[in-house]
Amino acid sequence: MRIPISALIGLVLTAGFFLMAIFAPLIAPYEMAEVVGDVWEPRSAEHLLGTDNIGRDLLSRMIYGGRTTIIIATAATILSFTLGSFLGFTAAVIGGWIDQLMSRFVDLLMSIPTLIFALVVLSVMPVNTTMLILVMGVLDATRVYRLSRAVAVDINVQDFVEAAKLRGEKRGWIIFREILPNALSPLVAELGLRFIFAVLFLSTLSFLGLGVQPPDSDWGGMVKENKEGIVFGIGAALVPAAAIAALAISVNLVADWVLNRTSDLKGGRGG
Amino acid sequence: MSSILKLVSQRLALGLLLLLACSVLIFVGTQILPGDVAQSILGQSATPTALANLREELGLNDPAYVRYFSWLGGVLTGDLGTALSNGQEINAQIGLRLGNTLFLAFWAAVVAVPLAILLGLIAVRYRNRWPDKLISGLTLASMSLPEFFIGYVLIFFFAVKWRWFPSVATVYDSMSLWEKLNAIALPVTVLVLVVLAHMMRMTRAAILNVMQSAYIETAELKGLSAFNVIFRHAFPNAIAPIVNVVMLNLAYLVVGVVVVEVIFVYPGMGQYLVDHVSKRDVPVVQACGLIFAAVYIGLNLIADVVAIVTNPRLRHPK
Repeated sequence: MRIPISALIGLVLTAGFFLMAIFAPLIAPYEMAEVVGDVWEPRSAEHLLGTDNIGRDLLSRMIYGGRTTIIIATAATILSFTLGSFLGFTAAVIGGWIDQLMSRFVDLLMSIPTLIFALVVLSVMPVNTTMLILVMGVLDATRVYRLSRAVAVDINVQDFVEAAKLRGEKRGWIIFREILPNALSPLVAELGLRFIFAVLFLSTLSFLGLGVQPPDSDWGGMVKENKEGIVFGIGAALVPAAAIAALAISVNLVADWVLNRTSDLKGGRGG
Repeated sequence: MSSILKLVSQRLALGLLLLLACSVLIFVGTQILPGDVAQSILGQSATPTALANLREELGLNDPAYVRYFSWLGGVLTGDLGTALSNGQEINAQIGLRLGNTLFLAFWAAVVAVPLAILLGLIAVRYRNRWPDKLISGLTLASMSLPEFFIGYVLIFFFAVKWRWFPSVATVYDSMSLWEKLNAIALPVTVLVLVVLAHMMRMTRAAILNVMQSAYIETAELKGLSAFNVIFRHAFPNAIAPIVNVVMLNLAYLVVGVVVVEVIFVYPGMGQYLVDHVSKRDVPVVQACGLIFAAVYIGLNLIADVVAIVTNPRLRHPK
């Protein structure tokens, strides 16, 4: 199996970002909230990326911020996948009015732009990490639901599923032992795209001041903290913004490759 | 002809129904969830009397459906209520800001739509060669970039380093059109870059889909030039899907506009919504949410209707 160069770059960078998130306390030269210098100091040997809007080491804050971004986005993605695929498979297997009801409700949720709906909900709910994961995970589950329902509807009419039904297997068996293994490859390709969506969504919420709350900060929040510097020609806000972009592009490169590979596989087996 | 009318009116009725359901969802989202509006406004340290007074003032003691219908009645008669944070009429505020937001989105669309179609056509003409690969690579990148990254990079270079455009997009009525356009040049650029990628990719896919038809092969075998095949034969038949793509992406602008307005401190709906979400000003959030949803559903509806009207099979029933 040859991995194309773009996917290889994506894989290495993605792995790098995740390692950074896991080992953040070991790599960061300073504490996350430690004030170590003047406001917006330029790059120097002590502070490789300079300092931020209240004199904290920007590199250390980037490393911790990345950890926050990646952990919350990963949790939201896991939630949206578990919820979305389980409900999608269930709707496809049971069918009838339950399927209709769930699908129409998902249509309704998707008819309001995700960001707008999240803002509406966050205007009355306390803004904390759990709530962010819940809101992002549930809203994003609608997309996973649509995909997994579509995939499961196709699988549900195949002979081996019919056979299992005639054998008298229960619905749980059909969903987890017959549908899930066969729906995995299209879902895995989607996983990357949903993760990117979660990263961008969280960053946007934090940038708007409605995501991770200070003194903690994710990359989107760091853009917000340092944005006043831009008009003085200080690029501190561009660093976390570029990091978000780099993470999203790396994962995208991997997802693109997985997507191509899984569709190649299907073609190779004669559809 | 009647079959088109029937389909279109069905679609419109469905759209209205969807909008009504959205209003329920938005209302439920802000009112019935476990978070108490009065508590969120006053904070954890509020005294019980203050809470009770505020609940009374907001009408929170009425049952939820009574509150929903009085809110909906207000919306339908053009009264969006008053803001909690400053007691101002929401109508007056929104009228001004909605105009500004539509102004911004309009110019973004004017630039983005022709550009996306042109790039899509070029990508099809040079399919799998370097122009196509370049365009595809750039779209992949721009789809991964958050709006604020593009926004601040543009501000950093065009407003701060080279001073070509202002970094803050202020518009007011007494400005001439040219001054306004100069003020919104950077936010429009960001919006264009954000929607261009999707629009171009989907345009490319729509034309490529048509390119597989038998009559395209005939045109190629006749010896027509590649541009002729694409412009005269493929493009007219791809118009319906392209209009669909354009509308869907304009709907996407609705969301993009929120972030872009905050970046450029532009006095529009998005900025208004975000400000009042942090102030926990529920009536304003409901009103803005409903308007955003209405625009979004409206554009999707237009996309559907255009797809029906431009479908030749429906236009000439047997």
